[in-house]
Amino acid sequence: MMVTILNIVISGLLLGGIYAVTAVGLSLQYGVARVLNIAHGEFIMLGAFITWSAFTLLGINPLISLVICGPVLFAVGYILYRTLFTRLRISSPTPGAFEGNSMLACFGLLFIIQNVAILIWGANIQGYTYLTFSVDFWGAKFAGNRLLTLGFALVICLVFYLFLAGSRLGKAIRAAAQDPDTAGLMGVKINQVLALCFGLGAMMAGLGGGMISMCYEIQPTMGLEYTMIALIVIVLGGLGSIPGSLIGGLVLGLIGSIVTYIEPGLALVAYYVIFMLLLLAKPTGILGK
Amino acid sequence: MGFGRITSKNAFVAGLVLLILILLASAPLYASAYTVIVLTSVLMYVTIAVSWTLFSGPTGYISLASAAFFGAGIYTSAIIGRALPLPLVIVLGGLVSFCLALLVGALTLRLKGIYFVMFTFGLVELLLHFILWYEVNITGTTGRVVPSVANTTVFYILLMIFVILMVTVSFIRCSRYGLALQSIGENEEAASHSGVHVTALKIIIYAVSALFMGAAGSAMAARWTYIDPTIAFNPLISFMPVLMAIFGGIRPLYGPVIGAAIFTYLEQFLITRFPYYYMLIFGIIMVVAILYMPNGIIGLAQRIREKSLRKKYGDT
Repeated sequence: MMVTILNIVISGLLLGGIYAVTAVGLSLQYGVARVLNIAHGEFIMLGAFITWSAFTLLGINPLISLVICGPVLFAVGYILYRTLFTRLRISSPTPGAFEGNSMLACFGLLFIIQNVAILIWGANIQGYTYLTFSVDFWGAKFAGNRLLTLGFALVICLVFYLFLAGSRLGKAIRAAAQDPDTAGLMGVKINQVLALCFGLGAMMAGLGGGMISMCYEIQPTMGLEYTMIALIVIVLGGLGSIPGSLIGGLVLGLIGSIVTYIEPGLALVAYYVIFMLLLLAKPTGILGK
Repeated sequence: MGFGRITSKNAFVAGLVLLILILLASAPLYASAYTVIVLTSVLMYVTIAVSWTLFSGPTGYISLASAAFFGAGIYTSAIIGRALPLPLVIVLGGLVSFCLALLVGALTLRLKGIYFVMFTFGLVELLLHFILWYEVNITGTTGRVVPSVANTTVFYILLMIFVILMVTVSFIRCSRYGLALQSIGENEEAASHSGVHVTALKIIIYAVSALFMGAAGSAMAARWTYIDPTIAFNPLISFMPVLMAIFGGIRPLYGPVIGAAIFTYLEQFLITRFPYYYMLIFGIIMVVAILYMPNGIIGLAQRIREKSLRKKYGDT
């Protein structure tokens, strides 16, 4: 009994760690840059496939690939915001119109990225094995790659939180999140900061994707599911809150592993039910004001 | 809203609408079977896009639940299609979606902005995954076979749904309820203070728009003959009407019609010409359309017309 509970809790935390990293990215993109990035999961998918290609074709260690795909996706996100979304922001009459338009543009991006990925990598399910030795926790067994992923997820979230809380740039980002116009008047280069946030969000998605590829099978159409999970996590944790995303991710991971233990097919259904109940009861999330 | 302008050309517009209707209704007589099938898809998307615009256009609440209402119609048709005559099935399909929308509307229409968008999209995924789970674990079979109906019959049913929808929509838009909806979109609080029953009106109009989506769904189920949850609750059906309406132009009544017709035709064209690249091209067109045509094709046409008029008569 003890072992079963331990099993459920730890695998929930492992799952939750990945959810948290991807959600932090989306939270930054929506909370600061005001883009509800429906294509977030496509950036995750790109990260996963870059890591997979580097490992299977070039034999590059997935952990080193994270250092590659992070900056690559950051660049993609940054350029996208500087070109596409900045233009949309200027041409949209109200912030509300910008949210709607940018979400639809992201839906177009979803198609573009997904189909480019299919052209490059094919539509099949892929996977590789890395660090699959098992680690024993008082009788509950876990694969090494999962534990490594959890550790990485926690470190990434922590570093990111410190960056936002402590650095000068982090301060600019938080100012832009509260009120972009006033922040601009105070000398924050607003377009640059918003693009930076979108880029950082894409980077987090890429890192999350790299970690997902270590543990799970991947395919070019996997994105939407991860987008939805990231959305649920940020609503759970409160839009725009980094600690909220971390807690929300871990909570959702735990719920997922409990439901999977009881009835394997219902994990996603449970996520949506929680999501919708939460939207009805407390849309501002656990840590929201 | 330009109604004044339209009245002056009333006879012309009425004649044009009548001509288009006659051409459409007689299409199975002179057009190829393939054309009729394409026209059926066009009518399906036009119906969904116009229904979506009926609620989301004036109020500004972006609903992504179209796939849920459309899918509910499809599933109604799949479950009772064998037992009842087709017209009854279509009506029931619409009513099921109507009730679903009443429920969803009562629950969610107090959510603002992005939360409403998320909730409605979550609804589609919830229904999809729940029915998938139900079919895999409880009934043990995924997918259902729907009694098939001749292509032309489906075409005429959709044409009828479309005509009824257009009459309903233009009636609502001309009535005081249309103005009330518009006022909700501009300032909900002010509308409420001016005596508009904001919540009730939103829920009813939302349910009416779902009614037509459900009816279109149960009609299309008869054409597809085989359906499963991933076909019935395809998230694409949620996003396409939004894009089509914006592509055509949300303000005028005929905007979504034109947008949906062009988009569906484009889709068919791209699928046959570039089967491997069509989704990619489609995505690029979407992004370009949102970037460069914020007021849709209608807005673009007006802008070009104004420009040419200005050139003709000089700047004033």
